[in-house]
Amino acid sequence: MRYLLRRSAHAAFLLLGVSLLAFAFTVLAPGSYFDEMRLNPQIAPETIVALRSRYELDRPLPVRYVHWVISLAHGDMGFSFAYNTPVAPLLLVRARNTLLLTVTVMLLAWGIALPLGIWSADHLGRLPDRLLSWGTAALLVIPDLVLALGLLVIAVKMGRLPTGGMVSLNFENLSFLGKTRDLLLHMALPVAALVLSVLPLLVRHVRAAVAEVLLAPFLLAAEGHGIPRRTLLYRYALPAAANPLVALFGFSIGTLLSGSLLIEVVMSWPGLGPFLLEAILARDIYVVIGGVLLSTLFLVGGNFLADLLLYWADPRIRTETGA
Amino acid sequence: MKQEPAESALVKTNQTGSSESSPFSKGAEDVNFGSLPIRFALFTPPSCFNMPCMASILEVRDLRVTYRSRGGPAFRALDGVSFSLESGEVLGVLGESGSGKSTLATSLLGLFCANALTVSGTVLFEGQDLLQAKPGELQKIRGNRISLIFQEPSVALHPTMRAGRQIRHVLAAHGTKGRRGFDQRTREVLEQLFFAEEAERIRRSHPHQLSGGQRQRVLIAQAIACGPSVIIADEPTASLDPTTQMEILGVFRALRKSLSLTMMFITHNPALLAGFADRILVLYAGRVIELGPAQGVLASPKHPYTRSLFQSIPPLASAPRQAGKKKLPAISGDSFSSSVPREGCPFEPRCPERMDICKSREPGLVNLSETHTVSCFRYEGQ
Amino acid sequence: MTAESHETSEPLVRVENLVKHYSKRKLVGSVEEVRALDGVSFSIFRGTTLAIVGESGSGKSTLAFCLACFEKPTSGNLWFEETSLSGLKEKDRRVIRRQIQLIFQDPANSFNPRWSVLEILTEPLVLQGNLSRDEMHPRAQALLEQVGLSSHLGEKLPSELSGGQRQRLGIARALGLRPKLLILDEALSALDCSVQAQIANLLMELQASLGMTYLFISHDLAMAAHLADEIAVMSRGQIVEQGAPEEILTHPENRITRELLAAVPRLDLSRPPLAES
Repeated sequence: MRYLLRRSAHAAFLLLGVSLLAFAFTVLAPGSYFDEMRLNPQIAPETIVALRSRYELDRPLPVRYVHWVISLAHGDMGFSFAYNTPVAPLLLVRARNTLLLTVTVMLLAWGIALPLGIWSADHLGRLPDRLLSWGTAALLVIPDLVLALGLLVIAVKMGRLPTGGMVSLNFENLSFLGKTRDLLLHMALPVAALVLSVLPLLVRHVRAAVAEVLLAPFLLAAEGHGIPRRTLLYRYALPAAANPLVALFGFSIGTLLSGSLLIEVVMSWPGLGPFLLEAILARDIYVVIGGVLLSTLFLVGGNFLADLLLYWADPRIRTETGA
Repeated sequence: MKQEPAESALVKTNQTGSSESSPFSKGAEDVNFGSLPIRFALFTPPSCFNMPCMASILEVRDLRVTYRSRGGPAFRALDGVSFSLESGEVLGVLGESGSGKSTLATSLLGLFCANALTVSGTVLFEGQDLLQAKPGELQKIRGNRISLIFQEPSVALHPTMRAGRQIRHVLAAHGTKGRRGFDQRTREVLEQLFFAEEAERIRRSHPHQLSGGQRQRVLIAQAIACGPSVIIADEPTASLDPTTQMEILGVFRALRKSLSLTMMFITHNPALLAGFADRILVLYAGRVIELGPAQGVLASPKHPYTRSLFQSIPPLASAPRQAGKKKLPAISGDSFSSSVPREGCPFEPRCPERMDICKSREPGLVNLSETHTVSCFRYEGQ
Repeated sequence: MTAESHETSEPLVRVENLVKHYSKRKLVGSVEEVRALDGVSFSIFRGTTLAIVGESGSGKSTLAFCLACFEKPTSGNLWFEETSLSGLKEKDRRVIRRQIQLIFQDPANSFNPRWSVLEILTEPLVLQGNLSRDEMHPRAQALLEQVGLSSHLGEKLPSELSGGQRQRLGIARALGLRPKLLILDEALSALDCSVQAQIANLLMELQASLGMTYLFISHDLAMAAHLADEIAVMSRGQIVEQGAPEEILTHPENRITRELLAAVPRLDLSRPPLAES
């Protein structure tokens, strides 16, 4: 338990640090939401000054931070200038969409990478393994953007898959089954793009980790006891290779989040990506800060999950930390 | 070509061996090792080639395994090994590093590492050649009919799996059905090796929570879980403390008695075989150089290698030393270079009793008695 | 060559009431003390061998580490040639450390696997810094010869050597620093019987020719009795019995000693067999 407590404290500190940094950088960055208004002759300079003071843009940084934290405690996360509402509800809808995408991708990518990597490690150095290695190497060198655009082109040519958005126009009129189908169809492209972008890395790591463990004496011993190959690979080799893979799991959440921001923009998925981009361009600072904080929360949450997994998978950690 | 003299010698043995009508009538004198009467040891012919041997449970004929070695020529780990394992006996296999003893242990079960280049010969177990067996058939034999106990208990157990679970996996692999069956058998096996109150704790422990001796007992539990007829133990006590080593030897002794196990006990330390093994097979550079009843081999070793090996072990001299420290009569050189294929006896470069003939020809097996054979020119024509 | 007959009666190493405690954290707040060494005293005379025998976990290795200045004892005193190691500055400690060399069970771990045998041997000579480049090569060759390794092994990698050759190389590297004390921590335990005998003979030769002093740490009472002038039996961080080998072998007083003695596997069949467990 101490281990988990320590990890939680760690996470809390990280979030605090990130919120401070995000706040400082966005606020100190040149320009503000109301700069554009100045160029508009129809708006009086007094109005802008009034707006600035209303939104506390003229107050010193620490005061604004404290006020922001208070607003966070109220569940508002500041105020969006562009939408003229509190940030939190806006952000949460997008975050939900992003989570839907990333969690699906995470499950799918690991679900494919584990058996593929294990199979590859079992056939180490033989033809199927070498072919797979070439395949993953090729996928690795293609930039995510090119991958996404390529998929879009294919989808457009095929004409079957929707190439943007999350639901069709007539979504509200569909039955539950129809809604699910519609959503899945819309998810297909971004999910495919993201899976293809993280998969090669995962497969390679799984392969390397399992291949190393397959040489361990306890596997030879298990084989000597007549344990079937499948059990040997999945129940013996995989748990023993878990430590580096769990670390990779935490790490892959990070890459996936940054990757998904890009893919969301390209495939116009209504997630955090396009929303944040828009907010950054408009200098809608509280939205930006909120978005960054939320992404960090996902990342920290993912790593916490990885720690939990590790704790569960490796009894040696449990003893070491005296839980 | 080189092997011819060996084979003819073996055939000869076979004939003398088979002419003995009743195995119990002769040779089974009152030899007692500990409290165990050893009967099988003294009538067993060292190898049976052409005719079925009633008592033998595992028969190895002309086993050869070569490994790929970096740069150099293929390394001959086993070079024409033939012997048989008699039902109920403990065969001590004595060999130092590079003698091929570990290769012997694993190849009997068809476990070859990736760089094994060629394998030939036969390993007959219950009428089946294990070297020709399909992977599925082998898997059913491993851990079920023939069990292997590896050296280094610290690395032979899965690091993140509870001991009980590791035993259950073995049971599951060989057809024990149902959760109940697993649990009951796991408990039974553990209680054979630990005190009842301790067994439950061990069952739920992870390997890192166990001491070296406890880990070795868990390994033994895995090996006997399915009630095998043969156990091959490869240096099972090498990494243990002396007192723990004795403890584990005691475990083997007790099990052997209670389960009437046939055992192949591989070690580099001849002293461990005293009072435990029925017969001793001495392996050098992948060849059987001496095979005989344990008492005979330990009391009067015939091959120069066996003899020098025994002498190089410091005696527990209780007499006070007179003139300072005496050197041990060590064997010069290193068996490591024997991987280079060469003419003649493999031990010749290090042999204190070498003769001219040893350089040019390889000695065949010579029968010193019905049960004791040695591969050395010293005894040829006697 | 017993301690008394040796010309110098002053000890090379003197250890007095050495204590080493480790604190191991168990649960929140509670700290468990592990007494690895619990008041150990002994002396080693020049040119002699003291064997420390005991089970694993008896504190043998901690003792070696404290003597070799790798660990700081919790309390107690250590003298090396009348210099007290307790209050020594780091700089002086390094000078002493060079004279006390430690040899482990498998030296392979301490060799850089990409270096050749000669490179491994010259490294400590370079660190020592008082030899010119031209002198180093012959010195390394001489070291090889001293430990009975043929000079054509010089270009080999440690992975190409056998266990016995690697242990010889470990000894050669230690000798390169011209140490006065060699601590052999289970140095023979991982070797085959015939190779153990070879290395034991080498150690005796080196003692005769260089006047080396050894601290031989082992769980093998037979080998210890063969090599040592004096044996100390350790258990739970304390020396429970100490004396000349023949005395320990014939009249073991302590229960631990008797257990260790009973556990030595013997070749001779005359001895009564082991009680079955």
